[in-house]
Amino acid sequence: MNFNATLIGQMITFGLLVLFTMKYVWPPIMQAMQDRQKRIADGLASAERGVREQELAKAKAAQTLKEAKQHAAEIVAQAQKRANDIIEQSKLDARTEGDRQLVAAKAEIEQEVNRAREQLRHQVVTLAVAGASKILKREVDPAANAALLDDLVAQL
Amino acid sequence: MSETGHSATGYIIHHLTNLRFDLAQMKFLHGEETGGFGVVHVDTLLFSVGLGALFLWLFTKAAKSATSDVPGGLQNFCEIMVEFVDSQVKDCFHGRNPVIAPLALTIFIWVFLWNAMDLLPVDLLPAIAGVLGIPYLRSVPSTDLNSTFGLSISVLLLLYYYGFKVKGPGHFTMEILTHPFGKWLMPFNLLLRIVEDLAKPISLGLRLFGNLYAGELIFILIALLPWWIQPALSWPWAVFHLLIITLQAFIFMVLTIVYLSMAHEDH
Repeated sequence: MNFNATLIGQMITFGLLVLFTMKYVWPPIMQAMQDRQKRIADGLASAERGVREQELAKAKAAQTLKEAKQHAAEIVAQAQKRANDIIEQSKLDARTEGDRQLVAAKAEIEQEVNRAREQLRHQVVTLAVAGASKILKREVDPAANAALLDDLVAQL
Repeated sequence: MSETGHSATGYIIHHLTNLRFDLAQMKFLHGEETGGFGVVHVDTLLFSVGLGALFLWLFTKAAKSATSDVPGGLQNFCEIMVEFVDSQVKDCFHGRNPVIAPLALTIFIWVFLWNAMDLLPVDLLPAIAGVLGIPYLRSVPSTDLNSTFGLSISVLLLLYYYGFKVKGPGHFTMEILTHPFGKWLMPFNLLLRIVEDLAKPISLGLRLFGNLYAGELIFILIALLPWWIQPALSWPWAVFHLLIITLQAFIFMVLTIVYLSMAHEDH
């Protein structure tokens, strides 16, 4: 086993190999790995961000839903109140109208009654006059006895 | 499997002989012939360069189509390797140096591929080479001391380069002379430093070489046994060897990172 020029050849080969590796092998592979690392890190970060955003959106949606529900409840309550008011108002109106109509009807009835009574009186008077005429076998002059008759009408 | 006419020793020696080309004489060496420093182990160099090219081809293919989208199988594999090496570097080394991580990746994959050649049947590639008229072939570069020391000496050179660059010549020299016993024991400090810096590449290179050489030798010895017992032995050894080749590549890489981080740090 002796040393010879092979040693020099091996050293030169080694040097060339190292130079080549340094220039053309190591940097691209390292670069690709670092790029991938960065991409994975970015992906993870954006996933995290997405989750956080989703949570925020969820919270916001829940808040909005709650507000909407509250709003709806308010509207319903208002509507109910308004309906009640309207009903009350209608009742009141109806009652007033009823009363009014009742009073009017009563007045009319009264009027009718009075008129009927008046008519009746006159008719009674006429009847009485006719009766008296029959009894007296003569014509009683209503005009002559107007005062008397009026007095009678008033008494009836 | 020993061929007729080959003794066991001859078979082993044949398997442990590199395809040598002497640059001084411009011819291939045969048998017992020896050359000086100008000899080149053609098989070691070819397999190292080929495996290095395989490594670069695979990883450049992945790097070219690297995307931050869903990665494909090859990209996944390369990313796992890159991330594994990167995490090792980040664990040991706290400074900023664009060289160390790619260097560690290169060492890990390259040494692993070297070692993985050991899992091929010991006779497969030499037999093919024999058919092609090549007399000797050793297919596992990490069983060649020149390979492992080529790596470890390169690492040592890098240690000195970064020691100078990061700390500056003055500070670096001061550290060599005054660490760890203070300035009054300068010779001891220097001696210790020399031992330390010798031990680093030698332990790195010899550890890898020794493990793989022993592994290969055992495969060769198993191949000398009768054919019917070979699977029962070589299969468990190959499984165990899977662990060794990965572990040795890993150890080489981690120690390189540790040494380099030490070169960057102030004591």
